[in-house]
Amino acid sequence: MPSDTPLEPHAASPSVVVTAPLSQPVSLLSLIARNRLALSGAILALLLTLMAILAEVISPYDPMAVNVRAALQAPSRANLFGTDRFGRDLLTRVVYGARVSLGIAFASVAVAMLVGSLLGLFGAYVGGSWDTVLGRVMDVLFSFPLLLLAIAIVGMLGPGIPNAIIAITIVYTPFFFRVARGPTLAEREKEYVQAAKAVGAGSARILWRHLLPNLLSPIVVQGSVTIAYAILTEASLSYLGLGTPLLTPSWGTTLNEGRTYLQLAPWISIFPGIAIMLAVLAFNLLGDGLRDALDPHLK
Amino acid sequence: MAKYLISRLVAMAVSLMGVTIVVFLLIRCIPGTIVEQMLGTEALTSYETVESLRRYFGLDQPIHIQYAHWIRRVLVGDLGKSWRMGMPVLTFILSRLAVTVELAAIAILVAALIGVPAGIISALKQNRPADNLARMAALFGLSIPVFWQGTMLILVFSLALRWAPPIEWVSPAANLRANLEMMLLPGFCLGTASAAVIMRMTRSCMLDVLRQDYIRTARAKGLAEGSVIGIHGLKNALIPVVTVTGLQMGYLLGGTVVVEEVFGLPGLGRLVLWAILQRDYPTVQGTVLFIAVMFMVVNLVVDILYAYLDPRIRRA
Repeated sequence: MPSDTPLEPHAASPSVVVTAPLSQPVSLLSLIARNRLALSGAILALLLTLMAILAEVISPYDPMAVNVRAALQAPSRANLFGTDRFGRDLLTRVVYGARVSLGIAFASVAVAMLVGSLLGLFGAYVGGSWDTVLGRVMDVLFSFPLLLLAIAIVGMLGPGIPNAIIAITIVYTPFFFRVARGPTLAEREKEYVQAAKAVGAGSARILWRHLLPNLLSPIVVQGSVTIAYAILTEASLSYLGLGTPLLTPSWGTTLNEGRTYLQLAPWISIFPGIAIMLAVLAFNLLGDGLRDALDPHLK
Repeated sequence: MAKYLISRLVAMAVSLMGVTIVVFLLIRCIPGTIVEQMLGTEALTSYETVESLRRYFGLDQPIHIQYAHWIRRVLVGDLGKSWRMGMPVLTFILSRLAVTVELAAIAILVAALIGVPAGIISALKQNRPADNLARMAALFGLSIPVFWQGTMLILVFSLALRWAPPIEWVSPAANLRANLEMMLLPGFCLGTASAAVIMRMTRSCMLDVLRQDYIRTARAKGLAEGSVIGIHGLKNALIPVVTVTGLQMGYLLGGTVVVEEVFGLPGLGRLVLWAILQRDYPTVQGTVLFIAVMFMVVNLVVDILYAYLDPRIRRA
């Protein structure tokens, strides 16, 4: 069963608190295998990712194939999820939508994870004015409601996949900064770091070889939860017409198209929404399960 | 307390300055310049018009001078004029503010009314079916996209069952009852995720408090379980819950953008979207700054309230 996020007041955001035994690198795969929550989330996430990768193989139709004579058809054997206003098969568009929506979420979170973690690691290790300035910049980004900041950035840069990725990356980078910075502050004073310094190891080597491996567990947990939020953010942007272009089969865009036909063809609005919910649920389950496994007293 | 208050105000002032810089720079991220966006293809032909508009917007000045001019105007409440409507942006914002505040207030009320009792029951029935059910519900609450939930609520309650009134904005001044009836679905929709967050926090804090020695002592003294939970447990567990509930109010300000769009409510969120689609950049800039400042003020008030309720925070 899911557990809680007990210490972080900004709980509407994807902040997680993990106090993993940082001095002992944890095998995340074995943790996932042992925790029912994490395992169910991982399986669901894997299935959705496979669906995205194998979209051409498993989709019954071409996602862009227009057939106006079959427009707004209710779910049937030929079109399991029905068709949209152009007669396009909705199941196909939901399957391809996984590729777009998950692709944007993965790309954004990967960049945010890399940039945020490295900045947090660097700031905490170097300390002084670097740490202060970086901390202030992250505080400023935290001073905006997340979705509003993403909307404002895309609103200025213009809609489109690259700009959606930039906006989501900027919005979620501070979370990784915090996750990396806190433990680094604690770890940098420990004996093994002092010992590495004493034998002449350079800063880059200490950061890369000694400190980073100890941060991987909390960063991965943060990453899993952030992917869930990034999927929601991308879907929200696309739903508002600010994310993926209108013809692209993303879940949010399809939902946006379905608004006009809500009474006439509700299936256009139902199935992409279920897909988004399952994807978000998968990564939330994975994140919750991993956090429980790393810090069992939170259960 | 005064020392804590001053330190928080100073921190907020620094962040506020950062926020103004970000908002100021946002408008400079537009591909090309504001003038080119305004004039479109005309910008390619009319050099004089471009230059006069550049001077009008101060784009011929160095960027720090532009920022200084802009911030001086902002400090006296001048957020510029809407390009599309020709009215001051602040007037535009104030005309929409009540809707957003009402929506966020209803949402936070719904969230607290669901989240706090569910969290208490969940903690008291730890690892039993009621707890498992509440935790799964919370997980789903956090996973449902707010715009999809809104669409489904409209589909079921307005279109299929016809229980909810038509989604048409009614001012509370004109008809309070009709206003509240039509705001219930958007408020519920916006409050669901916050209810899940509050439920999780309440459960966690209750469990934490119930493990404390003073609870064991209260039980050992022979106090009735209701008194142990109600007087000793809840009172202490709810301090962080109050804080989280207050912080949710701030986060809901962001969520209102989507909910206002789904339900067609004329609030600040919808104003931002309208301004983005109309390329009315001064309105986008002013509204984003206004919401960000509201968000910071709410967070500051919550921080101060938390420090007031829990002296350990202000001593830390």
